[in-house]
Amino acid sequence: MTFVYEKLMGGRSGLTGFIILAVFLVVVLPLTLDSFRLNLVGKYLTYAFAAVSLVLLWGYGGILSLGQGIFFGLGGYGMAMFLKLEASSPENTAIQSTPGIPDFMDWNQITSLPWFWELFNSLTFTIIAILVLPAAFAYIIGAAMFKRRVGGVYFAIITQVIAVILTVLIVGQQGFTGGINGITDLRTMNGWDITSDSAKYIFYFVNCALLLMVITASRFILTSKFGSLLLAIRDKEDRVRFSGYDVSNFKIFIFCFAALVSAIGGAMFTLQVGFMSPSFVGIVPSIEMVIFAAVGGRMSLIGVVYGTLLINFGKTIFSESFPELWLFLMGGLFIAVVMFFPNGLAGIWHDYSHHLTKRLIRCKDWIGNHLSNITNRRAGENPQ
Amino acid sequence: MDGYTYTELGSIFAMQGFAGISLFSVLLLMALGLAIIFGQMGVINMAHGEFMAVGAYTTYMLSTLTETYAPDLMPYYFVFSIVVAFFIAAILGYLAEFALIRHLYKRPLDTLLATWGLSLIMQQSFRSIFGAREVSPTLPEWLLGSYQPIETIDIPLNGMFVLALTTVVTLGVYYLLFRSRWGLRVRATTQNRIMSDAVGINTQKVDRYTFALGCGIAGIAGAAFTTIASTGPTTGTLYIVDTFMVVVFGGAASLLGTILSAFTIAQAQSILEFFISGSMAKVYTLLALVLILMFKPEGLFASKIRR
Repeated sequence: MTFVYEKLMGGRSGLTGFIILAVFLVVVLPLTLDSFRLNLVGKYLTYAFAAVSLVLLWGYGGILSLGQGIFFGLGGYGMAMFLKLEASSPENTAIQSTPGIPDFMDWNQITSLPWFWELFNSLTFTIIAILVLPAAFAYIIGAAMFKRRVGGVYFAIITQVIAVILTVLIVGQQGFTGGINGITDLRTMNGWDITSDSAKYIFYFVNCALLLMVITASRFILTSKFGSLLLAIRDKEDRVRFSGYDVSNFKIFIFCFAALVSAIGGAMFTLQVGFMSPSFVGIVPSIEMVIFAAVGGRMSLIGVVYGTLLINFGKTIFSESFPELWLFLMGGLFIAVVMFFPNGLAGIWHDYSHHLTKRLIRCKDWIGNHLSNITNRRAGENPQ
Repeated sequence: MDGYTYTELGSIFAMQGFAGISLFSVLLLMALGLAIIFGQMGVINMAHGEFMAVGAYTTYMLSTLTETYAPDLMPYYFVFSIVVAFFIAAILGYLAEFALIRHLYKRPLDTLLATWGLSLIMQQSFRSIFGAREVSPTLPEWLLGSYQPIETIDIPLNGMFVLALTTVVTLGVYYLLFRSRWGLRVRATTQNRIMSDAVGINTQKVDRYTFALGCGIAGIAGAAFTTIASTGPTTGTLYIVDTFMVVVFGGAASLLGTILSAFTIAQAQSILEFFISGSMAKVYTLLALVLILMFKPEGLFASKIRR
């Protein structure tokens, strides 16, 4: 029991935050929002996976990845490929010159399904691929970078370049990837209509459950010895290395884990939104994920979920009514958060709630004193 | 590559090579500024592309103004606009350093994010002021046309002008960094900030002017850029990643490395572009760079400074 309490939930404050978040996501939002808005929240929550992964990677590990979009995209594309194959069964695509292959392949004069698409016919393979491929890719990048002690700004730039490469590749290889439009028109999953309201509700709850699980797993990592090592690496890498730890392995592990988490987010994104496109892979979405984490609080697993929701709602509301202001606001927010609130919303909450509890304690003391005074006086009045 | 005779292949290489030189010039000008800033302060300026756009928009503005008020001066405005672009970008850079970057020197990763925020704000300002459409200045007569040494080779004059401009700026940077008192201070600060402070160099001032100089050179890059492509609010972002690669691949803080890596990257991209699609040329170039950097993370010319 104490294991669960301390390691998985992070003690009293962690547990309170976790329960409030769970209630907010699972009870409050579904009761107050219509299915369209709820679907929107579900979409935003998939970005929260990437934001949580950045808490581990950037907040605790000090490794800034400007390429979480890569892994988000890989997960999303994996799921999209499976759904697309199902949507382009020979009956559905009878009007094409080659029935049975996705429509964009037909438009690009491709006559047979490439082998790497063939594999995605199976749901089991797809799920394994979503969980394994991004992490394996992250392992390759991480091993190459961290073993050679590339870090900091260099690492950030190289992840960014890889995001660019992937985007250009997806856009350029239209016949295999659907190009700039991405993979669209995804309707069913094993014959089940994923665009229906009931499916959207189910995906929303599955998404919440997965997110809460990911937060718990991340909390476990951070409260374990590994978490302390991660912090130590962030603050004094050399000292950890001289203490006999192989720093690079720890960094590689956390990078792979972050990739896995982001990929789950990507797959859930495809399921809820019904398409996947390169605009969720490149530099801009990757940096936006960092700002979600920065605004929510780079050290807070729970805070980043609120940060993600807040920014995305802000974006939706502002870009509907004042599209011009939004970029100014976003840019200003970036600067303000970095300069004045490095710990984001969670940091503000922490400071503020600290004052609040102090005030409450003072209040309690005051009331307590008062009461005891009264009792004492009473006792003095009636000496019996 | 079948189907081309050797003379044709030679001409293709020569012409794509010259096309690559325009790209090389812009990349080099951008990278010089970025490399100076990164080499000295360890700061990555994500808004560097936007400072280039500032230069490009300045040129556009001056071109429009000249056309409306003093059409006689059209042949000369371009040279003037290069100077103005430099100063406007440099002043903006000075302000950015003063307001933003100097507070973040101890947190290099955060500078990256803050300057990204700055770049968003600048992009939106361009969009509000100049509109979302791409604009290009009217170039003076003497920049148009081309030079034909033999029949199959056609070298555009604007590319040669830009190359000359880049050479002048590079020599200027070399002189400033390695032959002037100011350069001595910059190099001292780069090597050992604390000691430089101790011997009486005002490192804060050095930082501020270095940043302004880097941004100013980006402004010149912008002016040069208008001769080869049109400018839009997001032009800067298109070039920023390539520029990063030039700086990282060349080895930060090495002038020669920056030049060579800008040349390699621009030529590789431009020559490949002729044979395969532009997007794949970019993929292969960037992929090759990432692979090389995995084996040689310090870049082509590592600075031999102990940190």
